[in-house]
Amino acid sequence: MKNMTVKHTLNDELMMGYAAGILPEAFNLVVATHLSLCDESRAGVESYEAVGGAVLESTATSKMSSGALADCLKRIKTEQPEVAKAKPSEGVFPNPLQAYVGGDLDAVKWRSLGNGTKQAILPTASGATARLLFIPAGTAVPDHGHRGTELTLVLQGAFADEVDRFGRGDIEIANEDLNHQPIAEMGEDCICLAATDAPLRFNSLLPRLMQPLFRI
Amino acid sequence: MECVARIRDQQDQAAFAELFNHFAPRVKSFLMKSGADASLAEECSQEVMVTLWRKAHLFDPTRASVATWIFTIARNKKIDALRRQNRPEPESLPWQEDQEPDAAEALELQQESTRLAEVIEELPDKQRDIVKRAFYGDLSHQEIAMETGLPLGTIKSRIRLALERMRHSLK
Repeated sequence: MKNMTVKHTLNDELMMGYAAGILPEAFNLVVATHLSLCDESRAGVESYEAVGGAVLESTATSKMSSGALADCLKRIKTEQPEVAKAKPSEGVFPNPLQAYVGGDLDAVKWRSLGNGTKQAILPTASGATARLLFIPAGTAVPDHGHRGTELTLVLQGAFADEVDRFGRGDIEIANEDLNHQPIAEMGEDCICLAATDAPLRFNSLLPRLMQPLFRI
Repeated sequence: MECVARIRDQQDQAAFAELFNHFAPRVKSFLMKSGADASLAEECSQEVMVTLWRKAHLFDPTRASVATWIFTIARNKKIDALRRQNRPEPESLPWQEDQEPDAAEALELQQESTRLAEVIEELPDKQRDIVKRAFYGDLSHQEIAMETGLPLGTIKSRIRLALERMRHSLK
């Protein structure tokens, strides 16, 4: 299920970071999922990969061991071509996300955050955390700010905050400057994939007290 | 580009050797600059070249040059072997593998890649250094935040067109 009307795409920092392979795994997951839904960002990332190709081409050479080519020729004789690529997902979650969830939306093991809001933390390496968020239609996420960078990708429904409206495929990139209170649109429950490289900063006491409990 | 096609269509080992001799020493050096020691870099470079053989039929010359494609294989190998992490990749586009890529589009993309490489070489030393270090994995993504001055408009619109054509070919 693709979406060709994505309005909020990646910035250059994230496109280059993903192409160079220097983002934390949780960010890579959000970016790869977004790229599955947004050809504009995909073209941007692939342009930065072309920069990587140019850098590789201009890299001074390092001598390979004397038997290296012969070893490789021996190995490729027994190698089978890789099987055909997986078909694009027809579900709510694109393939890279399904690989982390172990299936589509119905496979998510949600944990309640109260008020009908739910989350599921996905297993990624340290450095940043990835989570799925379920926000019932018409509900607000507690007002919060950010210490580092927070990426939020909409997969179902839509939310609006001080910045704009975000629908399926849209990514919101928030940093220290942004204090926002996302509210899920009426009509459909909103499901997002979010990643942060530092804990959020909640503006009221209760969510702050719950923070260590929920690892948000 | 012809070498990859010869590998794909005829399992041509001479074509493989040609690509190996050009790229393996560069991949090795690239991996060492990214923090691998010589023996790990050697091992990984060989794996990158074997992957190229296995994936030759997936290479799309309307979206990437051979150097770019090998760079992405090397980058993923680096994340896997050096950082020991998964590398989530976007889902592949619905293109038919038996469909021959458009030769004129492929040629233009290759020329555009060459031009881009020239532009990078002509950057002021400091800026070129930042670009290279970013791709060697020497900078964090926050540190490259300012590095958006690269002229990627033309190559990006070529890739964008190739992506569109793929989407349409399925309908």
